[in-house]
Amino acid sequence: MQPFTYQRSEDVAGAVAAVAGRPAARFISGGTNLLDLMKLDIERPQHLVDISRLPLDRVEPTEEGGLHIGAQVRNSDLAADPGVRSRYPVLSQALLAGASGQIRNKASTGGNLLQRTRCPYFYDSNMPCNKREPGAGCAALRGFNRMHAVIGASDSCIAVHPSDMAVAMAVLDARVETVSPGGETRSIPLGDLYLLPGTTADQETVLAHGEMITGVTLPPPPAGRQVYRKVRDRASYAFALVSVAAIIETSGNRVRSARVAIGGVAPKPWRAPEVESRLAGSALSDQDLSEAAEAALPEAVGHGGNDFKIRLAKRTVRYTLAAAAELV
Amino acid sequence: MTENAQRRTTSGGDQFIGKAVDRVDGPRKVTGTAPYAYEIAEGPPPAYGYILGAAIAKGRILKIDAELAERAPGVLYVMTHLNAPRQQEFGPAVTPAVREVFTRARPVLRGDHVHFYDQPVGLVVAETFEAARAAAALIKIRYQETAGDFGLEEHLAAAYAPKRTNAGFETDSAVGDFETAFAEAEVRIDVSYRTPYQHHNPMEPHATLAIWQGDDVTIHTSAQTLSNFRAGLAATLGVPVERVRVVSRYIGGGFGSKLIVHADSVFAALAARILKRPVKITLTRQQMFANAGHRAEMLQQVRLGARADGRLIALGHDVWSATARVEEFCEQTAVFARSLYAASNRLTRHRLVPVDLNRGEWMRSPGEAPGMLALECAMDELAEHLDLDPIELRIRNEPDQDPERRVPFSTRNLVACMQEGARRFDWGRRSPEPGRLREGRKLVGIGMAAAIRPNYIGAAAAWVRIDAEGQVTARLDMTDIGTGTYTILTQIAADTLGVPLAAVAIELGDSRFPLTAGSGGSWGAASAGTALLRACEALKEKILAAARVHGAPVRNAADVSMAAGAVRFGNRAEDLKDVLRRVAPEGLDARGSVEAGAGTEAYQAFSQHSYGAHFAEVSVDCDTGEIRARRLLAVIDAGRILNTKTARSQILGGMTWGLGAALMEKTVLDGRYGRFVNHDLAEYHIPVNGDVPDLDVVFLEENDDKANPLGAKGLGELGVCGAGAAIANAVYNATGVRVREFPLTLDKLLPGLTAFVL
Ligand SMILES: Cc1cc2nc3c(=O)[nH]c(=O)nc-3n(C[C@H](O)[C@H](O)[C@H](O)COP(=O)(O)OP(=O)(O)OC[C@H]3O[C@@H](n4cnc5c(N)ncnc54)[C@H](O)[C@@H]3O)c2cc1C
Ligand code: SF4
Repeated sequence: MQPFTYQRSEDVAGAVAAVAGRPAARFISGGTNLLDLMKLDIERPQHLVDISRLPLDRVEPTEEGGLHIGAQVRNSDLAADPGVRSRYPVLSQALLAGASGQIRNKASTGGNLLQRTRCPYFYDSNMPCNKREPGAGCAALRGFNRMHAVIGASDSCIAVHPSDMAVAMAVLDARVETVSPGGETRSIPLGDLYLLPGTTADQETVLAHGEMITGVTLPPPPAGRQVYRKVRDRASYAFALVSVAAIIETSGNRVRSARVAIGGVAPKPWRAPEVESRLAGSALSDQDLSEAAEAALPEAVGHGGNDFKIRLAKRTVRYTLAAAAELV
Repeated sequence: MTENAQRRTTSGGDQFIGKAVDRVDGPRKVTGTAPYAYEIAEGPPPAYGYILGAAIAKGRILKIDAELAERAPGVLYVMTHLNAPRQQEFGPAVTPAVREVFTRARPVLRGDHVHFYDQPVGLVVAETFEAARAAAALIKIRYQETAGDFGLEEHLAAAYAPKRTNAGFETDSAVGDFETAFAEAEVRIDVSYRTPYQHHNPMEPHATLAIWQGDDVTIHTSAQTLSNFRAGLAATLGVPVERVRVVSRYIGGGFGSKLIVHADSVFAALAARILKRPVKITLTRQQMFANAGHRAEMLQQVRLGARADGRLIALGHDVWSATARVEEFCEQTAVFARSLYAASNRLTRHRLVPVDLNRGEWMRSPGEAPGMLALECAMDELAEHLDLDPIELRIRNEPDQDPERRVPFSTRNLVACMQEGARRFDWGRRSPEPGRLREGRKLVGIGMAAAIRPNYIGAAAAWVRIDAEGQVTARLDMTDIGTGTYTILTQIAADTLGVPLAAVAIELGDSRFPLTAGSGGSWGAASAGTALLRACEALKEKILAAARVHGAPVRNAADVSMAAGAVRFGNRAEDLKDVLRRVAPEGLDARGSVEAGAGTEAYQAFSQHSYGAHFAEVSVDCDTGEIRARRLLAVIDAGRILNTKTARSQILGGMTWGLGAALMEKTVLDGRYGRFVNHDLAEYHIPVNGDVPDLDVVFLEENDDKANPLGAKGLGELGVCGAGAAIANAVYNATGVRVREFPLTLDKLLPGLTAFVL
């Protein structure tokens, strides 16, 4: 960890200005990701602007019937929020499936969205990693890549975005609200927040330096039953091998609409439109569900250690759809 | 059941031994008043060191530039191979004698060669840990890298037979003619199992505070065996052992990773001497993966030849293990197989494949932990082949004496363990045909495995004193690594002297106290406990002798006795304190000791082991392949149980280790870089609370009078032995998919699993 200066900001505008004014300044919220990376010399900010006490810690209904979640709402509080639990259970389930109780108590909504990949080569500064050092190469591509992406990645980086919360938000069509250094606000569809690595693995989001996430807006909950299913190597405190967020609305015994997002497979939460369109109007037979699940991740490619994820994702999609349709 | 099993303990009047006495150090630990090495505040304010590790796995340092680091804020001193103080040389990869591995010099920064990834190549000492670490990042090193060897299976051709295994066992053993008998057997199982690198990861990382006073150094550290640290450090520094004092009062787990001195202690001692100021150094969690030992990767071939009735006629267990080129370590993986089952033709062998890593070390249940995963799963495979119940197969192969040493067992109640376990676990619920039991979308399976672990006893001595107020103080250089040693020693002293627990103060963890074998190999309770028992018995004799001389007159000496805080003179009792005030106002003290077991008659005439049977029920998700344990049971036969609470905790911890080994623990070695990839506790998975199901432990009543005067046998490691195999066998029983590569993660199971219709 290199020495850094620290300031606690009192208001959003001041915080944004404080970071924008210095290229090596960073926001810090719960610090559960940033501090680990600083200790390992992966992140080397010279100045930290603490935004954890900004008044962005409320969960409030919107006029449209949705929900606005302040960027500083803790993961634990968001998971326990009665409105979230009753109307957006997929989000509550996803949050509770993430990290540990202690980490969720610290982790903020904004920090969760912007947490960095858990690729182990990214965490060791002796290893080649394009995300850390553009042009250095990607140690994971032909290395230990069991946890890595099977879709949306490139040869320059196959890291996954590790958030559970973001997968649920993706299936809910959430929008990310930001304030930029010039004072302008943006409302970015969650699906557009993250950049795919292409040849620039170090650029992960569309946010400008100093642009702060102030909150996340959820539209009114879609009709239908919501389920989050996370598959992992141990019962708790493990990142997803694959996770699936699904919402199915039925009428009679036909599907009216279906939404599916898959986590653990891509550099961002991955919506599966192929599955969604196949399911619409289906009668939810075993064959319908299996075929719809089979259609997931059409362009997926494994890199050796993570080949199994493609099958695992399809099997988990099939199960989660069935669970959302209350068939299992 | 042998006759000993039915015999109750003979000492009769025990009030505390055998009871579920709470940990005497518990309140200190939960209130944060038990300081661990890195928290010790003693002497002048310390400086803090940070060890810089090599960025390559093999090669040479061409240039090292520490100028920036030396000028960084707060930095006091930078050590590299260019300016490292003189130390004694390390010597050959194998020591001439077994014991020397524990006591040899382990110098740091010897020359420009790099032998393993993250090998210490520098030390920065600064006013704070953070300043030292930040400065270490400023040291620039140019390396010349050479290709290393890392993969076990790629280099099997380089395998060699070591002179001996760990703990001094024969490398190979052979009885009869294995190959012929195996070839002619009616039923044959020939299977290979793979077990991965594993790391101990005790909660407390390796840490040291070194303080010099003149030519004497005190090392506050986290050590399992103080005498090893003392000897190793003295050898490294080239000073007499008397100059080194090692203190380790509280230890946050060791699991074998703290048996010998590591770089933190050596660096702290060197730097503190140079700076004339105490120096504190800890390994970070990441550094522990290369610098605190590991269990090596292994390939095991098990060959079982049986008659149609299940009787084994040939038993073969071959092990290939990775070993460090710099220092040999041969885990005794197949040694337990020499004692477990009867078979007239037998073969066990250990072979090593050199790799460019740091040395392997003793990791909880060395030998049995990986070895039983292979043999006990192979037995399950044989049982299925024979269409025989796995317990029945084992009963049919129960030996009537040690099958290789051909001496009787001191006690052995393996069959009773299995039968008792079957009854309690509802073994009848298990379907002999795999994949039959289903609950919703889960497949459910039940499995079992045997457990065996040799009983060791190490040389130990104890000193005990009673003052005129009846307060007892005992001193041993024994350690309590979280197992409950403080507590059982308190019980032993209290019972032997007939005083309350509160009157006993056990002082451990100081190398100025009488020498013991420390904590390791599950010998701690038996060794230190026996030494203390004898010391207390000697003290009791002294008290009685004094009472006879100065006490109330009695007709004959035998009429003076001691029990329950009182001295009896004929039919009159007097409070112990009153007697002591009168007959020994200055107090009395005594010593006791026990010699190492290996040389004793009881050890040579009997095969001494503790035993157990593990039972497991698991569920496997048919969609995702996720395996979760549902309930585990261990039935344990480990001689007399000194404290049912701490003993149970040891077994629970062992079973949890077995669960980890079966389902999740694996350190991934990237063969391109010679580096352990998942080197932190987020990525190196051990079971978390949610993984640990309903666990149950049952102790069979037993007392092994051949083992030691306490009748107790080692059990700290027994819980691990076979526990993982029981889980793996349950996974097979659930799914019908046999995975022979540990850990059993879902990706290995998935291809063989059909998801049910919805
Ligand atoms: C051992 C471990 C296990 C974990 N397991 C899981 C898991 O299973 N599932 C899961 O989803 N997560 C998991 N996590 C990750 C955890 O959810 C994140 O660390 C946490 O959500 C980050 O939030 P934070 O507030 O602490 O972020 P910080 O560490 O404070 O910040 C993270 C990043 O976001 C930036 N940032 C923070 N807030 C804002 C803002 N408002 N605007 C702009 N930038 C901002 C910071 O500058 C920094 O770059 C795990 C973490 C650990 C350490
Ligand atoms: S996958 Fe991405 S983060 Fe991981 S090593 Fe490759 S470039 Fe770095």
